[in-house]
Amino acid sequence: MNNIIVLPLILPIMVGVLLVFLRPYIRLQRIISLLTMIGVACISVYILNRIQTEGIMRLDFGGWKPPFGILFVADSFSALLVLTASVVTAICLIYAFSSIGERHERMFFYPFILFLVAGVNGSFLTGDLFNLFVCFEVMLLASYVLVTLGGEKAQLRESIKYVVINILSSWFFLVALAYLYGTVGTLNMAHISERVAEAGQGPLLTTVSILFLIVFSLKAGLLLFFWLPGSYSAPPTVIAALFGALLTKVGIYALFRTFTLIFYHEPSITHNLIGIMAGITLIVGCMGAVAYKDVRQIASYNVVIAVGFMLIGLAVGTQTSLEGSIYYIIHDMIAKAMLFLLVGTMIVLTGVTKFDQMSGLIRNYPLFSWMFFVVTCSLAGIPPLSGFVGKVLVGQGAIENGSYVLVALAFISSVVVLYSLLRIFLNSIFGETIISPEDELPLKKGLLIPIVLLGIGTISLGLEAEVLSSYVSDAANTLFNPSIYIDAVLSGNK
Amino acid sequence: MRINDVILRTVTKIVVFIILTFGVYLFLSGHNTPGGGFIGGLVLASAFVLLYLSSDIESVQKSLPLDFKMVAAFGVLLATSTGFGSLLLGVPFLSQTFAYFDLPIFGKTELTTVTIFEAGVALAVVGVVVTIILSISEDE
Repeated sequence: MNNIIVLPLILPIMVGVLLVFLRPYIRLQRIISLLTMIGVACISVYILNRIQTEGIMRLDFGGWKPPFGILFVADSFSALLVLTASVVTAICLIYAFSSIGERHERMFFYPFILFLVAGVNGSFLTGDLFNLFVCFEVMLLASYVLVTLGGEKAQLRESIKYVVINILSSWFFLVALAYLYGTVGTLNMAHISERVAEAGQGPLLTTVSILFLIVFSLKAGLLLFFWLPGSYSAPPTVIAALFGALLTKVGIYALFRTFTLIFYHEPSITHNLIGIMAGITLIVGCMGAVAYKDVRQIASYNVVIAVGFMLIGLAVGTQTSLEGSIYYIIHDMIAKAMLFLLVGTMIVLTGVTKFDQMSGLIRNYPLFSWMFFVVTCSLAGIPPLSGFVGKVLVGQGAIENGSYVLVALAFISSVVVLYSLLRIFLNSIFGETIISPEDELPLKKGLLIPIVLLGIGTISLGLEAEVLSSYVSDAANTLFNPSIYIDAVLSGNK
Repeated sequence: MRINDVILRTVTKIVVFIILTFGVYLFLSGHNTPGGGFIGGLVLASAFVLLYLSSDIESVQKSLPLDFKMVAAFGVLLATSTGFGSLLLGVPFLSQTFAYFDLPIFGKTELTTVTIFEAGVALAVVGVVVTIILSISEDE
């Protein structure tokens, strides 16, 4: 019985609903939501370790055997992502306690954060393509609320774009699902994979796969990211951090899952297309990252660059590069959350949004400023921080495969990331302080602690890469050999 | 400016009961035939919306003092806890069970755990639909 793998979905939902009844008791809501996320993180550690000893875990809902029922499947890849998502959310919650304000907290802020996490975790764990759609919707509906909560002018303006583009892409998702179901007659991912392999991935199925590519690219911000920078810089800091850390990763996870498990037969078409899209994403993302002076825009374009980078690993498609991408996704969830929290805190402290209007923060807030330095190095991929391992492995895989253009683009993009963040660092952190001691806003401990926790996270993820490597290589092995996943789902062992 | 529509109000008084009965019928028939929590819930919600349309919001809320946001939340809680119950009993998540009972008036009746789940769905639908309609109508 593997009932435990449904807990990362059902616990946040049930607790979130309970919190609706506890609306007036804000302190209680804070404690319960934080405890829930810590609990989910502990559960996912347990799941991850059990997968190492017992292989992929699956749970058939209501006892209906696949391919007839719906099910959850936990392999190392999904368990690692659930774990990281839960940890990042728990840390962001700590930041929210002292930043989001009572007005948000009274308007069901914590329940919606929990629903968001439930959708994210559900998307990682589901073994059924239609349920992936449902979990996407759970996540998106929560994100619609979170992006508009507060109702400021900029928020509403950006959220209209965000909602429209996501409804459109969900519609495309549904159409693609209908095509696929009409073609292969099943929605269970392992079963689809088996049938696609039997029938051969002809032009029709390749077209359907490209439709899925478009859908997931819209969600992940691969090439079709025009909606992303605006809607990620409008909401309050902590919500932007959660979006930057989690939401695009779900799209990326879906791309990895579908194009390693189901549509892996025509890499010359689909994977090349992903490679081209990733390359263009990197180039345009880099342009955006150096073009703006608004620190939130720079952070948002850094999200775009990272998306391009992770998908190079998928486009190359060797086991090494997949391993690198998995490392990089985990690293990026932590580092992007940290970057968004830092940038948002800078804006709160100085009251301005452009980096050339800030100066000398290191005199006023030394620890905070060094944390910015840590995240800069980490995102640029400087050893021993967490970005390094992923970048090396992706690069290694791409060279093995002879994709030199992608390697070049990937490493140039790292330099641009470094440049775009160092510009902020040199201008606003170094230099003469513009804040006089009497005007200095005290940096609340509640804002600093989560940033430091994420900083410790990215440092230890780099130093302890050895500990993680067995899990990551198992995850990459499952992605690279879809038969492991298919056997685990479709074999009758229970 | 409120229109005091005598015909609408008189008809509503009767029709609401018909709709409510039909909603409950759809809800109960959903186990083996078309219907179920979602559809039943929508029909039930339409009865409440009709009440709000024919008389004003204040007087309906006086006789029906429900916070529909809480109704929705309670529905979701009910539905998820039936799924969660299977975890406590050590069977796969969302497992269902049923049995036949001899009840006083109904005779031999099939009682299932799915009905509790569906009741949760129905409450959630009623709560959400009425909340949406109310928040649109409150907008000036």
